Amino acid sequence: MRGKSEGWLLAASLGNLLFLYLPIAVLIAYSFNAAKLAATWQGFSLDWYRLLTQDHALAAALRNSLLIATVSTAIAVLLGVGAAIGLERLPWRRRAWLDGAFLLPLVMPEIVMGVSLLLLFVLFSMPLGLPTVMVGHAAFNVPVVMVLVRTRLRKLDPHLEEAARDLGATPWQALRRVTLPLLQPAIVGAALLAFTVSFDDFVVTFFTAGPGATTLPLKVYSMIKTGISPEINALSTLLVLASMGLVALSLVVQRVYEK
Amino acid sequence: MWVAVFLCATLFACQPSSDGDSRKTLYYFTWSDYVGPELLEEFERQTGSKVVVDTFSSNEELLAKLQSGASGYDVTVPSDFMVSVMLKQGLLAELDPARIPNARQLARGLEKLPVDPDHRYSVPYLWGTVGIGYDSSVIQTPPDSWAVLWDERYKGRISMLNDQREVFGAVLRSMGQSMNTRDPAIIEAAKAKLLRQKPLVKTYSSDHFDQLLASGEVVLAHGWGGPVARAMTLKPSIRYVVPKEGATIWADCLVIPKTSRNKELALQFINYLLDREVAARTSERLLFASANREARTLVKASVRDNPAVYPDEAALGHLEWMVDVGDALRLYDRAWTELKMK
Amino acid sequence: MNSSQSRTDARQAAWLLTPSLVWMGLFFVLPLLIVLLISFASRGTYGGVEWIFTLANYRDLADPLYLWIYLRSVALALATTGLCLCLGFPLAYYIARAPARRQGIWLMLVLIPFWTNFLVRTYAWMNVLRVDGLLNALLTNAGLTSRPIEILYTDTAVLIGLVYGYLPFMVLPLYAAIERIDRSLIESARDLYAPGRAVFTRVIVPLAKPGIMAGCLLVFIPSLGAYITPDMLGGARSMMIGNFIQHEYLVVRDWPLGSAASLVLMAMVLAGSWWYQRAGGVRPL
Repeated sequence: MRGKSEGWLLAASLGNLLFLYLPIAVLIAYSFNAAKLAATWQGFSLDWYRLLTQDHALAAALRNSLLIATVSTAIAVLLGVGAAIGLERLPWRRRAWLDGAFLLPLVMPEIVMGVSLLLLFVLFSMPLGLPTVMVGHAAFNVPVVMVLVRTRLRKLDPHLEEAARDLGATPWQALRRVTLPLLQPAIVGAALLAFTVSFDDFVVTFFTAGPGATTLPLKVYSMIKTGISPEINALSTLLVLASMGLVALSLVVQRVYEK
Repeated sequence: MWVAVFLCATLFACQPSSDGDSRKTLYYFTWSDYVGPELLEEFERQTGSKVVVDTFSSNEELLAKLQSGASGYDVTVPSDFMVSVMLKQGLLAELDPARIPNARQLARGLEKLPVDPDHRYSVPYLWGTVGIGYDSSVIQTPPDSWAVLWDERYKGRISMLNDQREVFGAVLRSMGQSMNTRDPAIIEAAKAKLLRQKPLVKTYSSDHFDQLLASGEVVLAHGWGGPVARAMTLKPSIRYVVPKEGATIWADCLVIPKTSRNKELALQFINYLLDREVAARTSERLLFASANREARTLVKASVRDNPAVYPDEAALGHLEWMVDVGDALRLYDRAWTELKMK
Repeated sequence: MNSSQSRTDARQAAWLLTPSLVWMGLFFVLPLLIVLLISFASRGTYGGVEWIFTLANYRDLADPLYLWIYLRSVALALATTGLCLCLGFPLAYYIARAPARRQGIWLMLVLIPFWTNFLVRTYAWMNVLRVDGLLNALLTNAGLTSRPIEILYTDTAVLIGLVYGYLPFMVLPLYAAIERIDRSLIESARDLYAPGRAVFTRVIVPLAKPGIMAGCLLVFIPSLGAYITPDMLGGARSMMIGNFIQHEYLVVRDWPLGSAASLVLMAMVLAGSWWYQRAGGVRPL
């Protein structure tokens, strides 16, 4: 009986994987399909990829996405690392609700975050544009960074920093010379994750974007809505491969660090 | 970590010239199917400027974005009735007619445009009708009435526009009423009729009903003529009809929002879009009728004679302009929400 | 550490914490407060806000029409959670019992789709579920249907999309919890001649409870506030709360009503999290 349930488990698991990967595989396959309306296979073609390279608006959207992701990640990392260390070291007894407060953005539905930021900018007459998007992205990435760094922080040996202090280092020196280098893998990992989250974000960006702030997800959305399918397949394939590349990169980086 | 900070600092430093060079960048906010990159490239070359395009897919979305402080757009393209709403809200800048000489040659049918007749704030750009696109290989007898959209035989293969005023416009005309009625009782009745239709409707789409028609996902689509014309190029059996009870005649107008930082360039752009050669090419590329009368003569015959693009004279008779309904809009809002949510 | 050291430590901690507190306060707490404020205001004729205090927005939300939307969303979210649990449990169990080396690979395989852009993944399903898409092609070729089935733009499509999007959120906590179960407990149950099903329901499931609860919460909450999935796969017919809020803000431009709706959604989400914490859930950290 053990054998039968094992077989059934394996089948279920493989079925799950199939479910997870099938649509993506279909997308990649269709991106090479010469047919415009993707139903039947009409021969291999790289046309759609070629069309992508000629699309200036797409290139601009990509630039925007990269810029926003970089800036907002930098801000989020600076703030998030500080928050992680600060929260962990704060000797305040009732800091539990502060913990919860930082985790709140992770629970909050994106649409509520998006509209609330929109209202903030409207009320204070701040024109929508690239900066408003960056601000929003940094805001929802701070908890992401904080959680990841804090997990690692907890696993650090507290005696190391203590030893540094006993040897005469000021708290800031101990931080810079001991704690931060030890946290580096977590910080890098958090930065990569925050970058990906920002790059992929749609809902918050949708509400806070202004003139010239169209990001890649926004452009993809409008392309999907307008229904220009073949190019979207090619673009989607590239995005999928890019994501996988980023995951691989972060894994490699972590392996290297752990050596 | 310092690497990251350094990286971001350098990236910030070489931020694209969008801030420094605002004199030379035009921000164009337009319908998602009004974008033709080749058409813009020539303007960029002629004036040495850059055109940045953002898109929207409904008038309400445009208004919402502008109201929420998306300032900095130089040119945008509201529909005629939305122009009056924007005027009432003081969102538009006055145009200088001397800078847009190309605006003088208006097409026939546009003279009776109820909004801003002196074109002090808006200039018609593209115009057309709203009707029904259908697959003639499935629907053997050519339909001529809105009633076909309520036909049970095509259940689940009908699409309606995702546009509050247009959908109500269609149902009101099918009931023999004006699409600009403010009567709550009539609006209620219209809503009831739409709710009866909903089980037959596959989707409410303003963006890609042409794709749905062409792929056979729907056989009847409520929509603007242009996208139906696009569907025709993909599937020759698609036809277009303006129902006999009457439909919307619309004109999308070029306007300059008050918050534009580049009025000079904006005026140049408007004049460029209305130039008869550019207008003709726009018309061919986007498959919409140009407001420039002379452009029509320059357009390819296949486009000119397509009633989905250039409405024919007979249809002009029973078309109605959509008008702002003022306070009654709340009734429409509520009814539309109810329709969508049920 | 002596007390002066710990004092300066506390000071440093405060300094480190302050910038992020300010940022979050400005760009997270303040916006929410504004939403709260506006939910008590009135709407201008063409949209926008008029500062006239009113409770009408919340009263309006009690209208059956709007309650229906919340109900539908809860139902869809519950269905999503249930399906994720049914699909995810076998997978999590299998991974947890696989040799340690292979566990990493399996987990990676589960996570990779999650790392790709959500829009793209949802679009991928649009492609598959279309009338001329893969699903119908397979069904027609296998002779199972004569006419293409129309799944796209229905609740079913939205459900599929939601399950697809949040399955990893269920699998990972489940895996973590199952992995921690002491194997010997299962062994001894078997040794005591317990039938397979009893082993499952009386031993495995109770021990995996923290993981089940974590997974359910991690799936239910985002599904409740979903926006993209119903928007793209629902065809502007299958509306959930997220779409309703967007509708109020960007279409009808009734910001007060939209704000009230957002707050009710937030309240539901917070209630769910609080209940989860109370029920002794495993801390997400």
